[in-house]
Amino acid sequence: MSDQLLLMSAISKQFPGVKALDNVSLAVAPGEIHGLLGENGAGKSTLIKIMSGAYRPDSGTMELDGQRLQLANPHQAQALGIVTIYQEFNLVASLTIAENVFIGREPGWAGFVDWAALQRETFAITKQLGIYLNPMALVRNLSVAEQQMVEIARALSMRSRIIIMDEPTSALSDNEVQQLFNIVRDLKAQGLSIIFVTHRLEEVHEICDRITVLRDGRNVGSANVSDIKTADIIRMMVGRSMDELFQRSAFHEFGDTALQVRNLSRQGTARDAHATVLQNISFAVRRGEILGIAGLVGAGRTELARAIFGADPFDSGEVMIGDKSTHIRSPQDAIRHGIGLVPEDRKQQALFLALAVRQNLSIASLANLSRWRIFVREKAEIALVERFCEVLNIRMASPEQKILNLSGGNQQKVVIARWLALQPKVLIVDEPTRGIDIAAKAEVHQLLDEMARNGIAVIMISSELPEIIGMSDRIITMCEGRLTGEVLRAEASEEKLMQLMTLSAKDTVA
Amino acid sequence: MNQAGADTAFPSYQAQRLSLINVLSRFAPVIFLAVLMIVFAIIEPNFLKVNNLLQVARQVSITGLIAIGMTFVILTGGIDLSVGSLLALAGMAAAVVAKGGTANTLSLSTTDSTGYGVLAAVLAAIAVGVIGGFIQGTMITRLGVPAFVVTLGGLSVFRGTTLLLSSGGPIAGFDDAYEWWGKARLPEPQGIPVPVIIFLGFAVLAHIVLRYTRYGRQVYAVGGNPEAARLSGLNVKLILLSVYVIVGFFAGLGGFVLSSRLGAAEAVAGTGYELTVIASVVIGGTSLFGGEGSVLGTVIGSILIGVLTNGLVLMNVSPYVQQIIIGLITVLAVAFDRFVKSRRSI
Repeated sequence: MSDQLLLMSAISKQFPGVKALDNVSLAVAPGEIHGLLGENGAGKSTLIKIMSGAYRPDSGTMELDGQRLQLANPHQAQALGIVTIYQEFNLVASLTIAENVFIGREPGWAGFVDWAALQRETFAITKQLGIYLNPMALVRNLSVAEQQMVEIARALSMRSRIIIMDEPTSALSDNEVQQLFNIVRDLKAQGLSIIFVTHRLEEVHEICDRITVLRDGRNVGSANVSDIKTADIIRMMVGRSMDELFQRSAFHEFGDTALQVRNLSRQGTARDAHATVLQNISFAVRRGEILGIAGLVGAGRTELARAIFGADPFDSGEVMIGDKSTHIRSPQDAIRHGIGLVPEDRKQQALFLALAVRQNLSIASLANLSRWRIFVREKAEIALVERFCEVLNIRMASPEQKILNLSGGNQQKVVIARWLALQPKVLIVDEPTRGIDIAAKAEVHQLLDEMARNGIAVIMISSELPEIIGMSDRIITMCEGRLTGEVLRAEASEEKLMQLMTLSAKDTVA
Repeated sequence: MNQAGADTAFPSYQAQRLSLINVLSRFAPVIFLAVLMIVFAIIEPNFLKVNNLLQVARQVSITGLIAIGMTFVILTGGIDLSVGSLLALAGMAAAVVAKGGTANTLSLSTTDSTGYGVLAAVLAAIAVGVIGGFIQGTMITRLGVPAFVVTLGGLSVFRGTTLLLSSGGPIAGFDDAYEWWGKARLPEPQGIPVPVIIFLGFAVLAHIVLRYTRYGRQVYAVGGNPEAARLSGLNVKLILLSVYVIVGFFAGLGGFVLSSRLGAAEAVAGTGYELTVIASVVIGGTSLFGGEGSVLGTVIGSILIGVLTNGLVLMNVSPYVQQIIIGLITVLAVAFDRFVKSRRSI
């Protein structure tokens, strides 16, 4: 095994509530591009942070060139030539490229910076990368791709031997990805090893020599890329093949109209965070139906959901429950009318991170769980929590576990359970599967399907077109605060939706 | 209580070490209090005498009472700097009602009372506190002025009103029924001072409210994440308003009890109490960011400050130095809390 540059053996790391890494091993040869793959929460980030000295493992060993390593901090890892480029760059936007490349290691004497040398050396490194950037340009003015180049230049300036790239392509255009790959291949030719973390499987065959797949904090396996097919990689990542992902149950009859929105309009104000204007929006959703709302970021989907739910005010128009008018002015009013909202940002808008699963789940239904509407009946509350945790398959140590320590998928199920406990007529879910792993995603989809079959009208907002198409009975599209179209399940395709989602007012008026 | 289940599920070495930190942090105020008492007992044998301990309890009962109310406020992430001034105004109101007007100022006779009796006096003090809290709470929730600013203004306004009402002087000389609430002991003459009973009685009540009622749960929720609370159908503004009314209630009651104990309502009463009160809550482990803490912790925090002051007095430490020590301990308590939280989140 001495031909490996970096060898990690039997690494384990425990966090409160979760075993992030369990006996994980990784071997990286010199001059190898090694793909590190896995779903969200598989343990990739934790492993990277151990390699880069940010975390210390509970057990296991690390060797660099056959030498045992005990990394106390990231600085030490960098000194040994292990440099990490995180998804969120570590750049100071108000400084120049040259200052960022040599930050903390500026050439000079007695605290004074030798600017000429700084520029010269920065230019030499960027030239080595085949890119020509003015070393004195401010990082603030650079594109994301260029900022990434600055990060890579910094890694090179540290004479690194291993560069760890955490999802380097996630924010790049196709051209920029190709440029990055050229640079990565150059680095490989110079004898550096690259650990390449990615979600995009098509990139694996293009750039990686070997891969290691993690799942639930364990090694699933390593393989030479030339020996393995993409479908096999997917199976390694999710532990099941693609066609086992959730499918909607067969068509069923819809009930009466559950919710109707008529001519809803809202003028934005400059001070308001949710300022996108809603223009004259009308639609209806029936009991037992899943209505998808598709649109690009900023189309007004979330604003529409918040207006219906009473979280934000609207100027004109009407929200009707069944065939009755309502005057919903607050979430309390909406809840009284049987509407629930699972908001898009779980941590900021839904969870009480300091509280346990029990309090998080029951918060909206405490009135039904209390004696004389004053004292919480804890036995009834715990029974409710345990019932929903079983039905929704929420994995937790006990109802008293802090919600902070649950995975994103289980947290989301708690938020959904919060509303189901109120037996809503209409449930609005905003990006219901954002930031949760594939297995939990399928569970959430199944849950939405069951709710519809039980007669709840579900309104689902999602930025993932496959999710919208796969789950919705009917889809309405929004662009710039207006409704731009309606598509039935049978007719829905990504191309058609995308066309409607980008139908701006200028196009239609002309 | 929240952590127990989670810890038993992951019995690895790491989890045990983390739970040890958790246990230490949860019981840090109690442990510190115990250590302090042992040290004082060794240095000064008089410290542990029952009478001295009851003395300590009586000394902390007024600020402790207000600290109970302040716990509600700080749990929502708010603050109330006006409690000392509101206490003085309420005490003055109680005295005016008890004596039938400000004219009796400085009358030392206890028999010529022409006032409305002690019950009316108590109600007047509480009404002043509640109304003061309601006005401040309304400005905070309806006008969106930060609590720090509103109550900083209140600190000045209430003190000025008190001085205006009393023309700067004290109102003294109450009947026995009035003074019973601050001076009596149950049983007489060596029993527990009445203010201590009031303090502990309300502490138990507040604990029950926070721990076992829907309202208590909502206070934690609003403090932990106001937006999530609103989207869960809670009336966030009403809950925020209510905590300022609650702390006002306790400031009002405290004002009455203090005037009873001193036998006089003074315009300068309660000056600087806001610091002791906030220190009690914070040392007791309630987070200034809201959402975490308990009345039990506040009671411990109050007693801790009382014990510290008393012990330092017995040891003949200068009162100036006492202030320095209490200030440092407040900062260290928060620093310790931050340290534990940062260890926990790794």
